[in-house]
Amino acid sequence: MSEVSPTILHEPWPSFERQQMAVSFSMWVFIASEVLFFGGLFLAYTVYRHLDAEAFKIASRETDVFYGATNTAILLTSSLTMAMSVHASEHGLRRLTIRCLTATIMFGLAFLVIKGFEYHSDLDKGLWPGPDFPLHPATTQLFWAFYWIATGVHAIHLSVGIGIVTTITIRLARGTLLVKASTFEGAALYWHLVDTIWIILLPMLYLVGRT
Amino acid sequence: MSDTALIYVRHQDKEQNYLQAGHTLMSWLASTDHKRIGILYALAITFFFFIGGLAIGLVRIELMSPNGDFLTDDAYNRLFTLHGIVMVWFFLVPSIPATLGNFLLPMMIGAKDVAFPRLNLLSWYIFIVGACFAIASIVAGGVDTGWTFYTPFSTMFSNGDVIAAAAGVFIAGFSSIATGVNFITTVHMLRAPGMTWFRLPLFVWAIYATSIVMVLATPVLAMSLLLIIVERWLGMPIFNPANGGDPILFQHLFWFYSHPAVYIMVLPAMGVVSEVFACFARRRVFGYAMMVYAMMAIAVIGFFVWGHHMFVAGQSQYANFVFSFLSFIVAVPSAIKVFNWTATLFRGQITFEAPMLYALGFLGLFTVGGLTGLFLASVPIDVHVTDTYFVVAHFHYIMVGGSVSAFFAGLHFWWPKITGRLYSEAWARFAAIVMFLGFNTTFMPQFIMGYGGMPRRYHVYPPEFQIWHVMSSVGAVVLFIAYTLPLIYLGWSLIYGRKAGSNPFAATGLEWQTASPPPKHNFTELPRVTAPPYHYHPERQAPEPHDRQPETAQGEVG
Repeated sequence: MSEVSPTILHEPWPSFERQQMAVSFSMWVFIASEVLFFGGLFLAYTVYRHLDAEAFKIASRETDVFYGATNTAILLTSSLTMAMSVHASEHGLRRLTIRCLTATIMFGLAFLVIKGFEYHSDLDKGLWPGPDFPLHPATTQLFWAFYWIATGVHAIHLSVGIGIVTTITIRLARGTLLVKASTFEGAALYWHLVDTIWIILLPMLYLVGRT
Repeated sequence: MSDTALIYVRHQDKEQNYLQAGHTLMSWLASTDHKRIGILYALAITFFFFIGGLAIGLVRIELMSPNGDFLTDDAYNRLFTLHGIVMVWFFLVPSIPATLGNFLLPMMIGAKDVAFPRLNLLSWYIFIVGACFAIASIVAGGVDTGWTFYTPFSTMFSNGDVIAAAAGVFIAGFSSIATGVNFITTVHMLRAPGMTWFRLPLFVWAIYATSIVMVLATPVLAMSLLLIIVERWLGMPIFNPANGGDPILFQHLFWFYSHPAVYIMVLPAMGVVSEVFACFARRRVFGYAMMVYAMMAIAVIGFFVWGHHMFVAGQSQYANFVFSFLSFIVAVPSAIKVFNWTATLFRGQITFEAPMLYALGFLGLFTVGGLTGLFLASVPIDVHVTDTYFVVAHFHYIMVGGSVSAFFAGLHFWWPKITGRLYSEAWARFAAIVMFLGFNTTFMPQFIMGYGGMPRRYHVYPPEFQIWHVMSSVGAVVLFIAYTLPLIYLGWSLIYGRKAGSNPFAATGLEWQTASPPPKHNFTELPRVTAPPYHYHPERQAPEPHDRQPETAQGEVG
C-alpha cells in the first residue's frame, strides 16, 4: 500500500481501499435517497393515471417521441463512455479517461440541447398548463404538469452531472486529480442514476399513451 | 480492518486540543473538524430555538383570554406556523444528530472524523442557506398554512410567503440527507479495530437508525414541497381539484416524511438517555441487543404508519384499520425500550447528577407521550380528538418532554467533554427540575382541554377553556425560565468552570478515554476496542461516587 500516492488518500481514511469502498457505498446510499425523491413523483403520477387513464392517454400522445427516442439513444451512449472512463481510470490510462469523460460531457450537453428544442416545440403547441390549454379534458393538464416537472428535475440532475464530470475532467487534465482517485466511480454511479431515471421517464411520458 | 492500524499516522499536534487549533472566525467557518461543525450547528439551532420560542410565547399570551384581543387572526396564524416550521426543521430535526451526533459519533467508534469532512461542512452551509430562506419568509410577512402546508390552502388560497418557506425547508432537507449519508458511511466504514456492530454504543445505533430514516424519508418531503412550489409559482395544477388533482395526495406524501420525521427527532433522544442511564445507574444497559433491534424496528415500521394522521381526511376505512394496527405495532419496540431502561435502573446504584435528572424526565414524559399516542392510534378516539389540543399535548410530550429533555441530558452529560469545563451542578439540577415542572404545567392542561373539545389553531375559544389556557401559559413562562438558565450557567462555566478532566463521570465510552476537550484528531493513537459498551460494575458493587472508575473502559487509547 505504500505505493499509493498521498494525494488520493484523504482524511480521515486509514487506507485508500477503504476510502474507495466508502465513496461507492455512500453513493449507493445517496442513490437510495434519490429513488425515494423520484418515487414521490412517480407515485403521484401513478395515482392520477389510475384516476383518469383516458385523459393521460390523450395527453401523452402529444409528446414528441422522436425527440424522446433520440435523447434516449444519446443518454445511453453517454453511460457507455462514462463506464469506459471508469475502467480506463482503474487501469491508470489517463488520456483515455479524459477522452471518455469529454465524450460523456458532450453527450450530456447534446441531450440538453435536444431537450431545449423539444421544449420549444412543446411550448409552440401551447402545452404549458393554463387557461388556454389546447387539450381536453382538464386532467390532460395534470399529465403535462408531470411532464414539465419530471423532465425539468431530470434536466437539473443531468446539469449537475455535467458540472461534476466537467470539474473532474479539468482537474484530471491539470494534474490536480490523479487518475486512480476514488472520485471517478462516485461520479459514474451518479451519472448512471440520471440515465436510469430517464429510462423510466421515457415509457412513462412518451410510450404509454401510444399502446 | 487489520490494515487500518498500520497506516495510522501519529500527529505532531497531539498536545493541542480542537479548540486551540485556531482562533479566527475563518478557523471555525471553514473548519472540517466534526467537533467544530457540531458546535456551529449548536449555535445555529440555539438561535432558532429562541425564535420559535418567541413566536409561541406571543401565541400563549394571546390565549390567556378567549376573545382574541392581543393579536389579529392573521398574525396569530402566522405565529403558530412560524413556531412549527422553525421548531421542527430548524431545531428538532438537526438538534441531537447534527450537534451531539456530529461531535460524538466519530469519537464513539474510534475514528478521526466523519467519512466525508468537507461534505459535513457543506451540510452546515446548506442548512444555513435553507434557514435564510425561512427567515426571509418570516421577514416578508410569514406563512399562515401551519407547518403542514396542506393543499389546496397552501397552493391556491394562502396569502403568505409559502414559496420562500417551502424552499427553505426543501433546502434544509438536503442538509439532512447529506448528514445522513455521511453518518451511515462513517458507521459502516470507520469503526476502529475491535469495534464490532454489537459493541457500538446505543447512541451510535440511534444515530445510525436516524440517518437511515433521514436518507429515505427526507427526499419524499422534498418532492412534496417541490410540487407545492411549482403549483404556486409556475401554475402546474398538481393538487388542484379543478384539473383532476387530489389535495389528499399531498397529505399522503407529506406524512410519508413527517411521520418518520418524528422518529428522526426521538430516536437520537433514545440513544442519549441509554448512555446516561447506564452511566449514572452504574449498570450495563439491560437487553442491549433488544435495544438495537427495537431501534431498527422503530426506524422501519415508522415508515408504514403515516395514515394515522389522516383518519378523518377521507381515507378509506380499510386503510384506517391497517394504519391503526401498524401504529399499535410501532409502539411495541418503544415500549420494549422503556421497560429496558427501567430494568437498567432497577438495582442500579443511582446518583442524581443533572444529566440523570434530565434523562429521568425524558423517561416519564416520553412514556406519557407514547401512551397517549396509543389513544390517537385507535380510530374511534382519534375521530373524537382530531385537531384538538389533545394531539398538541401528545406530540409535545414526545418532542419537547422527550427529545428536548434528552437533548439537555446529552448536553450536560457531554458538556465537560466538549468544553473541558464543569458547570454548576446545583444550578443544573435546579434547571432540570424547573424544566420538568414547567413542562407539565404547560402541557398537562392541554390534554384535559383537548379531550374536552378545545380545537388546535384557534385563538378565539369558548370561555370554559380559559382556565386551562391560563395554566398552560403560566407553565410556558416557567419553561422559558428553565430554558434560559442553562444558557447562563453553561455560559458561565466556559469562563469560570473548573477543569473537567478526561472522564469526570467515570464512563466507559471511547470518547471518555481521550482528553477533554479532545485533541484535533480525537485520539493521539488509533484506539483498540477490547470490550462491549457499558462495562460498569457487577451488581451492587459500584464504589462510592467520589472514587468510581468503570470496571473496564470500552477500549485502550494511546
